[in-house]
Amino acid sequence: MLARTASSLFWLARYMERADYLARLLQVAGHMSAVRFDADNNSEWESAIVASGSQQAFFEKHASANPETVVSFLAFDRDNPSSICNCIETSRRNARAVRTALTTDMWEAVNTSWMELRDFEAGEMTEDRITEFLDWVKARTSLVHGVYANTMLRRDGFHFTRLGQFLERADNTARLLDVKYHVRLPTVQDVGGVVDYYQWLAILRVLGARRAYRVLFKGQVEPVHVAELLLLRLEFPRSLAFCFEQICLNLDPISSQDSELSAECKRIAHKQFAELRYGRIEDIIERGLHEYLSELIERCALLGEQIARGHNF
Amino acid sequence: MTTAAKVFDEMGWPEDIRPPYTLVDAWLNSVPAEQLALKRREAEVLFRRIGITFAVYTEGGDPERLIPFDLIPRVLAQAEWQSLRKGLEQRVRALNAFIHDVYHDREIIRAGKMPERLVLNNPQFRPEMVGQDLPHNVYTHIAGVDMVRTGPDEYYVLEDNCRTPSGVSYMVENREVMMRLFPDLFRRAGVAPVAHYGDELLETLRSVAPPNCPGEPTVVVLTPGIYNSAYYEHAFLADEMGVDLVEGADLLVRNEICYMRSTSGLTRVDVIYRRIDDDYIDPLVFRPESMLGAPGLHFASRAGNLTLANAIGAGIADDKAVYIHVPEMIRFYLGEEPLLQNVPTHDCSKPDDLAYTLAHIEELVVKAVHGSGGYGMLVGPHASKEEIRTFVEQLKTRPHDYVAQPTLALSTVPTFVDSGIAPRHVDLRPFVLSGDKIRIVPGGLTRVALRDGSLVVNSSQGGGTKDTWVLER
Repeated sequence: MLARTASSLFWLARYMERADYLARLLQVAGHMSAVRFDADNNSEWESAIVASGSQQAFFEKHASANPETVVSFLAFDRDNPSSICNCIETSRRNARAVRTALTTDMWEAVNTSWMELRDFEAGEMTEDRITEFLDWVKARTSLVHGVYANTMLRRDGFHFTRLGQFLERADNTARLLDVKYHVRLPTVQDVGGVVDYYQWLAILRVLGARRAYRVLFKGQVEPVHVAELLLLRLEFPRSLAFCFEQICLNLDPISSQDSELSAECKRIAHKQFAELRYGRIEDIIERGLHEYLSELIERCALLGEQIARGHNF
Repeated sequence: MTTAAKVFDEMGWPEDIRPPYTLVDAWLNSVPAEQLALKRREAEVLFRRIGITFAVYTEGGDPERLIPFDLIPRVLAQAEWQSLRKGLEQRVRALNAFIHDVYHDREIIRAGKMPERLVLNNPQFRPEMVGQDLPHNVYTHIAGVDMVRTGPDEYYVLEDNCRTPSGVSYMVENREVMMRLFPDLFRRAGVAPVAHYGDELLETLRSVAPPNCPGEPTVVVLTPGIYNSAYYEHAFLADEMGVDLVEGADLLVRNEICYMRSTSGLTRVDVIYRRIDDDYIDPLVFRPESMLGAPGLHFASRAGNLTLANAIGAGIADDKAVYIHVPEMIRFYLGEEPLLQNVPTHDCSKPDDLAYTLAHIEELVVKAVHGSGGYGMLVGPHASKEEIRTFVEQLKTRPHDYVAQPTLALSTVPTFVDSGIAPRHVDLRPFVLSGDKIRIVPGGLTRVALRDGSLVVNSSQGGGTKDTWVLER
């Protein structure tokens, strides 16, 4: 297929997934700060900025991270290329550029999201409306993902769309888990305390994984189990293992004339998948979770570059 | 002649309904006004959701505007259409013969039927095309012929669009939306379908594959990109044909063979339906700064490895000064009498015609020879004193650039307006496809001037569109 079409499908799905992640991130920041009773209750908002990967741009514009500045920056700011509004805008622009590669249902799902977004932007943003907006984002992105999964031909176009979605999700899950590393706890004794506990719980809630956790691990929320669920559990559709399995499954069938060209992205993807598939959580924790996640985030970026290079984007 | 005098209403609305409109009349009388208002809003939602938008520059506000769609169809009886169709075929055959001649032996000039200056000094004349043979000798594969009507049997050709005529997506989508809104009406009406336009277009493009095409021809649509005002149409046509929609950066030419960059390497391209003007199509030949086309396309075409549709240089046939000579072309190349009439046109480069134009400017339509889209045009009866003064100045300094025509009493069709239903002026753009043979989908795009009394139907100037019905029986 046309390389530009592949690229647009890839980014269309990535930006939709990112919008979903940002909506979830803002919801968790709200949940986490709600259980703080000390003075440092902006730490959650700061960590949301970190988890979105946009510290630098944020602090160039705002002096401090608080509910107002973070929500406005991550959800609505048109100057922030990765704000939810811009993600939906960019998705739609990509969709428009490759309309011929989309199914009608897919185009209408994206286009209607974009039209409704403009209605949201036109209104005033009260706290209630923000809640409504974030839920709307999650619903719309689910719709877009569901519609393409249900309507697209299982050919290269579908695989590139899937690749975009799951590479973005892998990156997001890694960043979200890493948030805990950046959140300041009131004192050292608070590690393992009530605040700490609720913060782990909040991460599960963002990913809609609270029930999954209960089913798989029972009992109290233990950091080591949360890490295992989010990193290694193939049953959980937001885990890194699951994402990389999807990436491998969708990279392999893409047709190519020159197998050398796309060899590198396949190598990176399969190596990472093998590591996640056969890794043990104890080893990862011992090496340092933060270091492990930082490496993973870098590898996601590299993989993205190699997918583009391997397919002439 | 003012527009108020004896205007022909195609429906004969409200008293004297003409036969093709019997069903439409009964329908309008039976459906309550509120329901029609509801359907109008529904139509707008459909257009927005499908994304059938048209960008109009030089204006603020919504960058993606809808062209207003009017629910009342414009109807042609089968016999009316057949006579139009024959005339259109004849005209486009002659236009293609003319372009071929211009880039070969120029017999029409040698026969003294057309001034040499008009061809060789014309910016639309492309010397790069001289001597090049094209499959089936076709240059304008897709032509949009703008027609107006002034009476039951009086049709005029207003202009021939031989380069990249747009609007065909509206012809197809208007029908689609009408059928969604009023399925019942179509069950009774017996309207000739238009949905196969994409298939006809693909057949046409495949039939003009270049001589060196290695097998089944690969056809693509070339668009300037999503910011182009007609982008929706480009995507629509690619989609209807099931071919790739490419931008200039997707194409490259190696050893005079055109390829597109695909995820698995390079894929050979044989036929390009391009929606980019000559000036931008190949920076090696035309504007060197253009990023819209691709370097070498012209040479690939010249080497017989690629067909560009429409061909470079086809614009020589839709110049408004060349237009005057189309009836003569038909006689010269086909040995036939023209079936469709030209609007009597004064060529301001001739002193007598200029004098006449200046003396009667308040009743004439004056058009810039190379203008399009309703810009650079003066409608005498509707112009202010100031506008006329400016135009007179331009006419005197550059008479070669203008032609003048009588203001025709364009026919009307009833149309929904704020005050209810009222007659509004319309034109018709049928699309004529030329390849191994001529293909025409029945009907065309009807544009309607929504302002009371206005004769300007261009979408950039506040015009709307209607579904155009050709009745099967």
